Amino acid sequence: MTLKIVKPGLATSIQDLGRPGYFHLGIPEGGAMDRLALRAANLLVGNPEDAACLEAVFMGPEITFDKAASVAITGGEMPILVDGEPKESWTSFTVEAGQTLSFGFLKSGARIYIAVSGGIATEPALGSRSTYPIGALGGFHGRNIAAGDEVPVGEGALVEEGRTVPADLRRGPGNPAELRVLTGLYWYRLTEKSGEAFFNDTWTVAPEADRMGYRFRGGLPMEFVEREQPFGAGADPSNIVDGCYSYGSIQVPGGSEPIVLHRDAVSGGGYFTLGAVISADMDLIGQLQPNTSVKFIKVEMDEALQARADRKALIEKIRKELV
Amino acid sequence: MKTRYSYGGDEHIYVEVDEEMSLDAFFISLSMSNAVREANIPGVTEICPANASFEVRFDPDVIAPADMMERIKELEHKAETAEKRLSTRIIEIPVFFQDPWTHETLMRFRERHQDPSGSDLDYAARINGYDSVEAFIEAFHSQPWFVSMVGFVAGLPFLYQLVDRDKQLEVPKYLRPRTDTPKQTVGYGGCFSCIYSVRGAGGYQMFGITPMPIFDPEQEVSYLKDFMVFFKPGDIVKWKPIDQAEYDRILKEVEQGSYTPRIAEVDFDLDAFNADMTGFNAKLMEALNDA
Repeated sequence: MTLKIVKPGLATSIQDLGRPGYFHLGIPEGGAMDRLALRAANLLVGNPEDAACLEAVFMGPEITFDKAASVAITGGEMPILVDGEPKESWTSFTVEAGQTLSFGFLKSGARIYIAVSGGIATEPALGSRSTYPIGALGGFHGRNIAAGDEVPVGEGALVEEGRTVPADLRRGPGNPAELRVLTGLYWYRLTEKSGEAFFNDTWTVAPEADRMGYRFRGGLPMEFVEREQPFGAGADPSNIVDGCYSYGSIQVPGGSEPIVLHRDAVSGGGYFTLGAVISADMDLIGQLQPNTSVKFIKVEMDEALQARADRKALIEKIRKELV
Repeated sequence: MKTRYSYGGDEHIYVEVDEEMSLDAFFISLSMSNAVREANIPGVTEICPANASFEVRFDPDVIAPADMMERIKELEHKAETAEKRLSTRIIEIPVFFQDPWTHETLMRFRERHQDPSGSDLDYAARINGYDSVEAFIEAFHSQPWFVSMVGFVAGLPFLYQLVDRDKQLEVPKYLRPRTDTPKQTVGYGGCFSCIYSVRGAGGYQMFGITPMPIFDPEQEVSYLKDFMVFFKPGDIVKWKPIDQAEYDRILKEVEQGSYTPRIAEVDFDLDAFNADMTGFNAKLMEALNDA
């Protein structure tokens, strides 16, 4: 079967759990910004957890189905309509052949995941269907979906309607959102005072927030430990000799606006990084809208690992609920 | 050199071999990342060598971060005592300097440049103390380069020239990055050259363009059928200046699938290089000419 894209939304892309293994060549892992939401959407319609879905940001697409399929929408809250009739989020429902799936205005979060039984079945690239537009890899012919596209879907059986993820197992950012950070990397470049200010300040999500990275503003400009800039680093105190970036790492070009690198990160560059958001909180960033208030919380490694274990336990509970 | 070890969140270990760029720091970064690969440590998912640093990504559910850190630190001593030798390849990359396409682009973004009155090459030649653009281009292409890192975006190589520190060319990046750079532009920023693997934003000064694709997700280019990315860290590059006629000819050959880059297998020995840079480079280029 195929999904006929009537309207693509703002930037709707095909995503799965990504293609790790090529970052040393500049190809990021990609995949769903909110991995837990993608896994849950797939489980709801009986797909393998890592099947490809559509990820829509801020605005949903409009899609006509040529065959009946089970569908589930997870992630942010956006009214769901099938031929104008409302449907529940985080819950399976059936779309009949000829019906059209559409969406109202985003209410909370930033990204929704649309899982269809059988999974999106475009040609994988380097082991993943995730869209990486800069490298024209994966996705629909290397790009986001557009009006008129016919997106192939694999073979899948219908599941019963009304399978649901209980509200207490859904995870989204609070307000202000709290992102836990392990300091490290080039943390030594900041003065002690500036390092403290980073965690004391309240930041807001800037409009420049996409799959490559989220920019924040509103905090104090940063102060650097004085040094003669090393050969090859560049003149600005925020410059380093170009190195690799970690996923979740926080760079601050010119010391003014922090950028947290996300799934489609550039793999390296010449800006210092002060540490990284812990792996358990990366999904939350994918659900942040511009202007959301954010506090960065300093944690130690044991807390980061506990948070990671908690997140795994949450996914396990969702599995138990649905499998 | 003062090596700094650090965590990058709970999934990465970052090793800054040195704050400043040097061939020694690059060599240690590359050999340590090779040593991590050879050690086959369970839980390692990515190993990314860079100019004077490297990063290891791992799954903390498989190996505890502290244990991973310990394993990598153990390899430092091994890398320090290892022979600084590398079996690699030298590749000739044809470059059409002062080509019409990068020239059109640099004129379009002139107000973002330090010196809007001339071209990027005029500026680079002047601030590096060269009398003419031709003399600067000569210094740029006459000695070979190491690919010290591949990244930023898919398949983009950073290159560091195999010459003494006092002969290194240095050029700042644009004041504000451009929103457009032609695909396969040969650029320069700081002490690094690069080839833009795809069209897009960029802040490096633009010197010329190569007709040779270095990234092809469709894998239609004959020499990219095995893998879509051409370069890997440790490759050695020799630029070859070409004119528009040769540029057009190579472009046609690439399209017809008959173009083969000139490549020779070589061994690089850091100590031998440091003892006689010009002599060592001459041998590297000889190997290329025999290929």
